[in-house]
Amino acid sequence: MSRNQQIYAWLLLLPALSLLAAFTHIPMITTFWRSFTSSGMQNNTGFTWENYRYLYEDDVFWQVLSNSLWYAAITVPVSMFLALGMALWVNSKIHGKSILRLAYFTPTILPMISVANIWLFFYTPEIGLFNELLSWFGHHGYNWLGDPDLSLYSLMLMTIWKEAGFFMIFYLAALQTISPDLYQAASIEGASRWTNLRRITLPLLMPTTLFVLVNAFLNAFKLVDHLFILTKGGPNNASNLLLYYIYENAFSFFDTAYAAVLTVVLLILLIALAALQFGVIERRVHYR
Amino acid sequence: MFITKLTPLLNHTASGLSTLLAWLLGIFWIFPLIYALWAAIHPPEYATRFALNAPLSMENFHAAWEQAPFVSYMLNTVAITLLILVFQLVLCTLAGYALARIRFRGRGLVFALILMQLMIVPEILIVENYQTLASLQAIDTYIGVGLPYLASAFGIFLLRQTFKTIPQELEDAARIEGCSNLQIIWKVYVPLAKPTYLAFSLVSISYHWNNFLWPLVATNTENSRPLTVGMAIFGAPESGVDWSVISAGTLISVAPLLIVFLVFQRQFVQSFMRAGVK
Repeated sequence: MSRNQQIYAWLLLLPALSLLAAFTHIPMITTFWRSFTSSGMQNNTGFTWENYRYLYEDDVFWQVLSNSLWYAAITVPVSMFLALGMALWVNSKIHGKSILRLAYFTPTILPMISVANIWLFFYTPEIGLFNELLSWFGHHGYNWLGDPDLSLYSLMLMTIWKEAGFFMIFYLAALQTISPDLYQAASIEGASRWTNLRRITLPLLMPTTLFVLVNAFLNAFKLVDHLFILTKGGPNNASNLLLYYIYENAFSFFDTAYAAVLTVVLLILLIALAALQFGVIERRVHYR
Repeated sequence: MFITKLTPLLNHTASGLSTLLAWLLGIFWIFPLIYALWAAIHPPEYATRFALNAPLSMENFHAAWEQAPFVSYMLNTVAITLLILVFQLVLCTLAGYALARIRFRGRGLVFALILMQLMIVPEILIVENYQTLASLQAIDTYIGVGLPYLASAFGIFLLRQTFKTIPQELEDAARIEGCSNLQIIWKVYVPLAKPTYLAFSLVSISYHWNNFLWPLVATNTENSRPLTVGMAIFGAPESGVDWSVISAGTLISVAPLLIVFLVFQRQFVQSFMRAGVK
């Protein structure tokens, strides 16, 4: 390859690469650096483990971390399960499937902030719609967002509603690549619909499931918009999540050093998931 | 014998149940939007009372419009979204072409570095990125809200994939005709990748129209605040706005995107599917 071509390639890449470096790669390094050399808003205080020691002793951090892991561990499988059901439905000969597809997919394109405003009303204790519904059955209702035992689950419910339609699309794409011949062959053998699902559809969807799984987890750690409207992490951090806690530390408590340590934790989580994804993609190749 | 007679009946019931379930779920999924519509077009006292004879009223839209500067929020959102999109299309085209068609040393490493942004989006690094923005004195500007997203790993990836499928012969022919490198990109690759550009544009527009966390920290006045940040302030319980008005405001803020979605429904779904086939 000629020298000119080499230079030309780098010139074409230069604008994109410098922006990516400025807002992804360099900040990753400086975050790591800051976590060891700063305290509060002060930078370059010399090398110190102090921030990490504080992290270890910070009860709120452990609660936030466990919230985040629970939040991911519940919202991801539930929304994937619903997504699979939705995809199977709108891929079958159901009545009004284009309307259904529209209904399932709509939450995906609406801003989390705007729909959270509506959900806030559903959850409101005195006049909210959920308690109104419960009162028809003679139940006095719950304080969905104000009760520390319920607030995280209330957030999860909205997340599942928001995410399932998005994951449905991946399943739908995969379902459409499955050859109809397979089902024809199965029907000659007299296979039931359940057998079809268990023996043909689900195994062939395995690579998609793994892919969606990892991406859903990545997403679960990034999505915090609804916290700003619904709970602000409360009550008493019962529904606080990592990214929101980072935001709070940096922009409400002005402790950028501690925010940096928390970011390092989040980065480690995301990089581990990314590594898993590359492993998954590697394995996907063998499926084919 | 008995079982064979029963199976069709069971199958029929099962499929009926499954359809019912599908529709119940569908109704639950669309309900918040339908509810917002109901609350917005009726007087506040009907926000929780669903009566068929409830009078229609546009008063809530009027009130919402009075209470928040929707026009400037909307203009800011449109400006930010389009600014990001235009830069993304140009930068991703150049980078995607280089990665798809030019063999250079370090290509694999560069590609891996780019893909990192798929996992680590700029809002994860919000503290550092805010300080970068502050040092550039770009806080509260359109370009400031856009900067971290102008180079999109996803866009580069999609275009690289598409460019790879375009026959090399077309490029060679254009070269013989005397086209320069940039002309080749513009005249051969860009037109042939049109569906990818449309798909990517829809994903990018919906992402940035809806984005909240980064715009929240990168803006601090109405000069550059987008709809999502405006809605968060507007809908806060402290602001003392009632639900009907919030619903009206919500509808105003999602209407443009909703219309785009309804018009491009098929492309939207397909573009998200394309996003899935990474």
